[in-house]
Amino acid sequence: MHNKTLTELAQGLREKQYSSVELTQFFLDRINQHQALNSFITVADESALEQAKAADTRLAADDNTTPLTGIPVAQKDIFCTQGIKTSCGSKMLDNFIAPYDATVIEKFNQAGAVMPGKLNMDEFAMGSSNETSFYGPVKNPWNLETVPGGSSGGSAAALAARLVPAATGTDTGGSIRQPSSLCNITGLKPTYGRVSRYGMIAYASSLDQGGPMARSAEDAALLLQTMAGFDPKDSTSVDTEVPDYSATLNDSLEGLKIGLPKEFFSEDLNNDIAAVIETAINEYKKLGAEVKEVSMPNLNLAIPSYYVIASAECSANLSRFDGVRFGYRCDKPADLTDMYTRSRGEAFGPEVKRRILMGTYALSAGYYDAYYLKAQQVRRLISDDFKKALSEVDVLMGPVSPSTAFAIGEKSGDPIQMYLSDIYTIAINLAGLPAMSIPAGFANEKPVGLQIIGNYFAEARLLNIAHQYQQVSDWHKLTPKGFE
Amino acid sequence: MEWETVIGLEIHAQLATQSKIFSAASTAYGAEPNTQACAVDLGLPGVLPVLNESAVRMAVKFGLAIEAEIAPYSVFARKNYFYPDLPKGYQISQFELPIVGNGHLDIEVDGVTKRIGVTRAHLEEDAGKSLHEDFHGLTGIDLNRAGTPLLEIVSEPDMRSAKEAVAYMRKLHELVRYLGVCDGNMQEGSFRCDANVSVRLKGEEKFGTRTEIKNINSFKFVEKAINYEVERQIDILEGGGKVIQETRLYDANKDETRSMRSKEEANDYRYFPDPDLLPVHIEEALKDQIRSELPELPDAKKARFIEQYGMDNESAATLTSSRELADYYETVVKESGGETKLSTNWISGDLIGALNKAGLEIGQCPIEHTRLAGLLKRIADNTISGKIAKQVFDELWNSKASADQIIEEKGLKQITDTGAIEAIIDKIIADNPAQVEQYLGGKDKVFGFFVGQVMKETQGKANPGEVNKMLKEKLKR
Repeated sequence: MHNKTLTELAQGLREKQYSSVELTQFFLDRINQHQALNSFITVADESALEQAKAADTRLAADDNTTPLTGIPVAQKDIFCTQGIKTSCGSKMLDNFIAPYDATVIEKFNQAGAVMPGKLNMDEFAMGSSNETSFYGPVKNPWNLETVPGGSSGGSAAALAARLVPAATGTDTGGSIRQPSSLCNITGLKPTYGRVSRYGMIAYASSLDQGGPMARSAEDAALLLQTMAGFDPKDSTSVDTEVPDYSATLNDSLEGLKIGLPKEFFSEDLNNDIAAVIETAINEYKKLGAEVKEVSMPNLNLAIPSYYVIASAECSANLSRFDGVRFGYRCDKPADLTDMYTRSRGEAFGPEVKRRILMGTYALSAGYYDAYYLKAQQVRRLISDDFKKALSEVDVLMGPVSPSTAFAIGEKSGDPIQMYLSDIYTIAINLAGLPAMSIPAGFANEKPVGLQIIGNYFAEARLLNIAHQYQQVSDWHKLTPKGFE
Repeated sequence: MEWETVIGLEIHAQLATQSKIFSAASTAYGAEPNTQACAVDLGLPGVLPVLNESAVRMAVKFGLAIEAEIAPYSVFARKNYFYPDLPKGYQISQFELPIVGNGHLDIEVDGVTKRIGVTRAHLEEDAGKSLHEDFHGLTGIDLNRAGTPLLEIVSEPDMRSAKEAVAYMRKLHELVRYLGVCDGNMQEGSFRCDANVSVRLKGEEKFGTRTEIKNINSFKFVEKAINYEVERQIDILEGGGKVIQETRLYDANKDETRSMRSKEEANDYRYFPDPDLLPVHIEEALKDQIRSELPELPDAKKARFIEQYGMDNESAATLTSSRELADYYETVVKESGGETKLSTNWISGDLIGALNKAGLEIGQCPIEHTRLAGLLKRIADNTISGKIAKQVFDELWNSKASADQIIEEKGLKQITDTGAIEAIIDKIIADNPAQVEQYLGGKDKVFGFFVGQVMKETQGKANPGEVNKMLKEKLKR
């Protein structure tokens, strides 16, 4: 059952091979059985079974059902869920129960999906290894000594271990794609503005984007269908029609122009990973694609620019966590300043503090022009690089991560090394483009993802390109040992 | 030494929108604490602001009324600081690119017209309120006000006296109410002001060090606070000291300003564009549309009143001091059949006097325009005298009856029957031979005595013109 695709599961529900309650219970049992992965922060057994019951009624009456009706979809703990804890991986929100649902959650609820629980993540989505979570690191099912990547590491690990058939993630600098790559699953970061940010706890507002994480492109298409769309509650969401993502999955790739940014394939890239990517691109050639080298000269500026912008925005976004209205408050504050400083000092982890301080510094009087403004200018240059490249080719391809899953603890003492994990993903967020990571092979028995980057709102094309590869490859079907 | 005062004002006008600037919560004043604050106003994790279009339209309307530049592209920024009643830890405001640019407002002080520059006006959200009483040493937070739309109107340092500052503030107050963009209710804090005050030696070009007096919410206090502050600064400078740049508070009870905080410990607000909100684009077409909705503005209306109704400057200023009053006036003129002079006198005199005494606004006036017009008609057609009219006016104020009903019920109609008046005159002449003697002897003043007696006898109802005429006839002999 756990190896079935979403379409197969939906079909089983309609053919009454099992009910949604049975399906939900099956996955809840699997989640419980594999608690050692630490991929969930909250398991919502009771409410999930209630939702499943409601879905069964809806299915029986064939009342307004969707392909997701009755299917368990786990949510990253960054999406606010009414009545169920939303911690964002932080001690700060360990006691926070939102009084409302995020738009994404609302959409899944309307579709009749079942939420088995909330997935573990780096604290406030800041991290590339899932080691900054207040609830402890998540383990990579492919090798329990290694990290699943971050910040949507809980989602990636749960999917890889087949604990859930579908999940959501969010991607500010690579947080959907990098863990997808490290865990051998399919993740899509949509165009900025495609999926509503309302109710998604903000890290860096101009970069954050929620998206689907799944076991295949076909499944991701179904999830995105539900998540995407204009939301009047999010001023930055874009009011364009949502296409039928499943309808074009089987379009031919004949004549597809693939660009390979030479900056993605410099000597810094690990040879084993380079070989996997090369093999995957050769597959595309067989499918009728043409390949061309392109150049994006400003790509090397992406990381410094990202860390200034993301930190600046997070320094403001996280100032609401002050111990006054919700979240953690320190014990017996002496006065107001003591309440602020101790509440924040005791409840934020070191990585969050580091970024708040960097952002505060970058925005402060006398430094704004030198850092923040400069970073915004660099951001424009990077966008222009992509614009130019994507005027020559249909999509860009390259690696997702410079390394495969690394050992837990290996980089956690060295923030710069950690930041470099996102070297191939960050520029895409700065430009606001859609991009995917799909399983493309293994290097030293660890998964390697292929990144496919498209033009604005080209999600349907990306899913089509990913799906065609998955028709001729089996990487995405592989299950880690112990979770078959 | 002769000192010159330099004043600039920052005025916060609360925009009269139904809902808040970035959320759908109501802006109505006076509700139970925290009942008009939604998830967005509370700054809950995950919520996002959505700009209220009507706040933007009001800002543009104001900008057009002061002939200001309307920015085709303006940006909301985050102003970062920690305060318990600031839910997000930042206030959404406008910094580098405000919606309203350079404009101006003309004020009149002692008969002289002066132009005051408006540097900018920007949109921002208000913060909540901290409540220090009734919490046993703790502090309560009321976020009903959080997210209320404000237009901050910043003037050039063009004012040279407290009087000018008050004139400017009054003029602005009158304007925003005319435009319907602010209710101007100062007790509820809908219209409040920060004053930047400095002094310099006359003839000097460089500005002196200024202090900022925060949150003054009455015209009277603005004048008093500035005057106090000017005196204080001059005293310091004449004593050889230096004025410190700082924020001060005006204490109305003690009539003094006090230091709140010095600029040295001022916050670094770390402004940056709010990534949750898109820049605001104002197209020409929207500007044109809003321009076409502008009402006749106070200055234009005043000029027209002088021209059309032959008023003096003072009456015109009074009667155009609010749109409602001007509308009331014009309706009364129309309904009274064009009695402009009577309308001017009665409204700017008796009616406003009565309203002031009762502490009422024209909108709460107990005499509807139709009933006042009815009274004026009866004065004009001589049914009642001006004196009797005052009595009828009082009745109009206290009842719902029309002037005609009151005149009828109380028998206040003028006696125009010459026979009846003649009989009374004859009787009074007969009863007062001594006065007749005096009058005939050349004491013209005694004439008034006879008029008074006739009026007394007729309870004021005799037509005074008729009485005068007949008395003169009778006393000739």
